[in-house]
Amino acid sequence: MSHSTHPAAEFTPSGQLQLGVFFQGVNSGTVWKTAESGSQTDFESFRRVAQTAERGLFAAFFLGEGLRLREHLGRPHALDVAGRPDAQTALAALAAVTTRIGLVATQNTTYNDPADLAHRLSTLDLLSGGRAAWNIVTTDNAWTGANFRRGGYLDHADRYTHAEAFVETAKRIWDAWEDGAVAGSASAERWSAEGAVRRVRHTGRHYTVDVTPRLPRSAQYRPVLFQAGDSPEGRDFAARQADVIFSAHPQLDDALEFRRDIVERTLRAGRGAQDVKIMPASEFILAATPREALEKKAWVRSLQIGPQQAIAYLEQFWGRELQGYDPDGPLPDIDPVVEETSETRGSGFHGAKARQLADQWRAEAKEKGLSICQFVSAKTSRGDSTFTGSYTEVADRLSEYARTGAVDGFNISPWLIPSGLDDIVNHLVPELQERGVYPTEYAGSTLRENLGLATPVRANPGVAVEAGAGAGIEAAGAGGAGADAGSVTARA
Amino acid sequence: MSTHPAQDGPLGHGILLLELDGAGSHPAAWRVSRTAPAAVLGPEHLRGAVLAAESAGFHAVTFSDPGLPDPGHPDAAARLNALQRAAFAGPVTRSLALIPEVDTVYTEPFHIATQLASLDYVSGGRAGWLVAASPSAADAAAVGRDTVRGDRLSREAADSIEVSRRLWDSWEDDAVIRDVPTGRYLDVDKLHYIDAENSSYSVKGPSIIPRPPQGQLPVLAPAGLLPPEAIAAGAADALLVSAPTPELLAAELAATRAGLAAGGNGPALIAELDVVLDSRGQAAAERLAGLNGHTAWQSPRARFIGSAAGLTELLTEVLAWADGVRLHPAVLDTDLEELTQLVLPELRRRGLLAPTIPDATFRDQLGLARPASRYAAAPSAPGAEN
Repeated sequence: MSHSTHPAAEFTPSGQLQLGVFFQGVNSGTVWKTAESGSQTDFESFRRVAQTAERGLFAAFFLGEGLRLREHLGRPHALDVAGRPDAQTALAALAAVTTRIGLVATQNTTYNDPADLAHRLSTLDLLSGGRAAWNIVTTDNAWTGANFRRGGYLDHADRYTHAEAFVETAKRIWDAWEDGAVAGSASAERWSAEGAVRRVRHTGRHYTVDVTPRLPRSAQYRPVLFQAGDSPEGRDFAARQADVIFSAHPQLDDALEFRRDIVERTLRAGRGAQDVKIMPASEFILAATPREALEKKAWVRSLQIGPQQAIAYLEQFWGRELQGYDPDGPLPDIDPVVEETSETRGSGFHGAKARQLADQWRAEAKEKGLSICQFVSAKTSRGDSTFTGSYTEVADRLSEYARTGAVDGFNISPWLIPSGLDDIVNHLVPELQERGVYPTEYAGSTLRENLGLATPVRANPGVAVEAGAGAGIEAAGAGGAGADAGSVTARA
Repeated sequence: MSTHPAQDGPLGHGILLLELDGAGSHPAAWRVSRTAPAAVLGPEHLRGAVLAAESAGFHAVTFSDPGLPDPGHPDAAARLNALQRAAFAGPVTRSLALIPEVDTVYTEPFHIATQLASLDYVSGGRAGWLVAASPSAADAAAVGRDTVRGDRLSREAADSIEVSRRLWDSWEDDAVIRDVPTGRYLDVDKLHYIDAENSSYSVKGPSIIPRPPQGQLPVLAPAGLLPPEAIAAGAADALLVSAPTPELLAAELAATRAGLAAGGNGPALIAELDVVLDSRGQAAAERLAGLNGHTAWQSPRARFIGSAAGLTELLTEVLAWADGVRLHPAVLDTDLEELTQLVLPELRRRGLLAPTIPDATFRDQLGLARPASRYAAAPSAPGAEN
């Protein structure tokens, strides 16, 4: 590829990498069938991973969000780790036992309220001394909505317009206090300077917000924004709103292509080529020698996908129980259930496409002579996102990413909790530091500083709150809300 | 709590709670605080405050969530989220129960239940929940909803508690089995849909997090907030009792006790008391007058203004009627110092206070046993019911 060493003319590689860790808590990649596997819920696991990551100078510690327990054929899914705590609650506790690492909460825009979510993220940002971030996700289905007051109110097609209006409202809330608004000492006339806090209003299709934000800006001004959407719409959303993309493109060529695409979209959105960082999701299986690493990989895979997981994997796509089938035998000869029901929600595939997919898979397995276990293992190998090898080997590969600027770093999902980062921090990080592609100290005390992000431009102001003002301010607020809605429409 | 000292004596089970908001409970507290205004929002102030409360011998701290202030008022200060302050305090402390005030009207019950369960995990079973039901129009406008008033507030609070309690039970204690031979991490028969339905919404469940360490977090509510039938059904583990003056507290506690269903395990009663103490040669009344010169301290609570010795006498009397007292210090760093030096040691010497035990749960402090999950006896799995 002609662009393989130059992702975009306007983009200058920093030559550096950052690492993040994603403590997933719910997934099939986390090994639990060994004695070393610790609790997915107890605080000590979170403390251990976060403190190890901080020892390795990681930029960020990520947590996912649970809105409904995963299901399989209409009952809670039994085979994978589950039971993660609320992200921001766990991160607020981690803020007390860490000093530099960024604390990233995945939070959806559908079942949160903008004023409440922005306030809680501000709290995390202040309590961590400017280390908070929000990984923005959207969801739309009624299955998830069954746990919430509003139920399944949002159409799939509306999820990004909805999310964007939400994020813009949150930014206005975070930027509502003038810098220096808080009294410098007890002898000041007022706790906050008169007129230094703006009221934020938004009137949209899905929600209405009218709030005087309760908190000033943090040491990093406002929380850093991560986003993971990969569709063209999701990429444009990230290019307009996000600071970091949590991408799904870790392979070098693919990563370079993704960088080129994001730089283009970022420039089109009127931002600088370096303004949006990219950190793909990844898994690392490392050892002292290449051979040991390969052996370790085979062992990890066998623990990730056992016979029960293999059958369950097919059941997701077949939409029916397949317990009678031999995991070491051929793929099921019966056809998938084709209609989507509430019981199969959360499954992999639905409708007429399921039958087509089953035919295709049966043919593929037959041709390659694969059993159910072997086929599923191949399908779920995470080959795209796994870095396997000796410490030096993998450090060399990663240096190439730094040199070409394909990514700004990697967001690692450890396959073992809580010790899954130990070999990375003890062995890989020093190799990267020797190659000059990894920090040898934290650049600053805030996440924004550590990621090399610029100070954000203050969001479109709302209405300054006047002394003694009740609910009386009208004109400017309504104008602000209208302009906001207009800009969203124009971009969609 | 199964007994109360007024009937059963001897004393020695009293618990003391301290409200930790901002620079103090008086709105003008920041004007005389040793903490710089902006520092009240930082981690070091919070760390220092909870450690000071713990080493002083308090049993619990509460984190108020006063809602949106009137931004035009000169004393309107910024506020951090209460639940996250409590979570931050979790790994910092060992014996202190951590009790955030969390609204039930404009919040998602599912989020509240999982956040509070998570707080119980990060504090090793020391979490509680102070239930609030916001009547504020500003809180309603912030989330684009209509203001809720009157009986609806009671209803919302009771409904939200019911959802949380069911969600906390929705994973039986031994639902995580890690059974390698069958490949099952979870025993699905021990996970339960809660199917909570009320007049406003429904919640399906189960929770996303296993049963909290305490099984059920102790729930505290202001007396009078919850409908009597909810109290009778065990919605609250403790009620906060207020009276207009200290002299009326004992009578109010007795009346509240009498109003509870006779027999059985009624909720514990915790008296509410604002406190301004003589300090560093300055009389309490003088201190209060100075603060009130900026903004009058309005509260529905009884207020003690005077010496540490006088407060000790009052608390000795009140603890004969109440299971605990929550103190609202006018100025945190000034009044906490007096409480620490003079009041708590004397109360402890008199044998009025329960011991503070590292790693004990909040339920332990309240003398509450750890309950079994309400679903533990259910014969069939949730999937089979549908």
